[in-house]
Amino acid sequence: MNRNRNRGRNNNNKEVRYLTSPKIGQQRKKYCRFKKLGIKYVDYKDPEFLMKFINEQGKLLPRRITGNSLKYQRRVAQAVKRARHIAILPFVTDLLK
Amino acid sequence: MLKSYETVLIFNPVLKEKEVQEVIGNYRELLKSYKADIVEEDFWGLRQLAYPIKKKTTGFYLVLEYKVDATAIDRLEIQFKRDENIMRFLTIRMEKYHLEYNERKRRGLAGRNRKKTEAEKTNEEGQQQS
Repeated sequence: MNRNRNRGRNNNNKEVRYLTSPKIGQQRKKYCRFKKLGIKYVDYKDPEFLMKFINEQGKLLPRRITGNSLKYQRRVAQAVKRARHIAILPFVTDLLK
Repeated sequence: MLKSYETVLIFNPVLKEKEVQEVIGNYRELLKSYKADIVEEDFWGLRQLAYPIKKKTTGFYLVLEYKVDATAIDRLEIQFKRDENIMRFLTIRMEKYHLEYNERKRRGLAGRNRKKTEAEKTNEEGQQQS
């Protein structure tokens, strides 16, 4: 029994094996979805779309998380603020998603 | 000079649908008196608000797109402010891409009720199969 297990280990040494996938540590490159998809206008009347840029409390997500370019982050912020004014999105909340 | 504007109005839910239509009719007249050119009128109907306004949790939404002289906007907003039927309003000067977007929306190419193009449809079918 014990010998069998040792043999198995020796076989494994021939090829390099990882306990975790090497891809886990790698960061996926962030991109601006507006530039990639060619969206030029951020609609403030579309809550489902704006949901992607706010967290559970209804706060705006930072650029480092959404990956938006500065230009479109500004527009998203403006659109979210407009949506809040017309009660399409909440100003403050919990468990939005 | 005519400029394009978009206005979102939220009417008091205490009103009946008919009364709301009446109020909207009055604003149509008012806009006409300002020589405005109404491009589109979109009545959303009764909708849940994200937070209560004046202790109401619902409201009738109306989105208006129109072209009007810039001087009329001030007068128009004063009317909105005075009107007790209106709980909230938002007027926005439309930029180039906004106009383009609305135009596409009218043709069913953008927005929530977007019709899917042929390429997208075949793409989706392919994904479902795989």
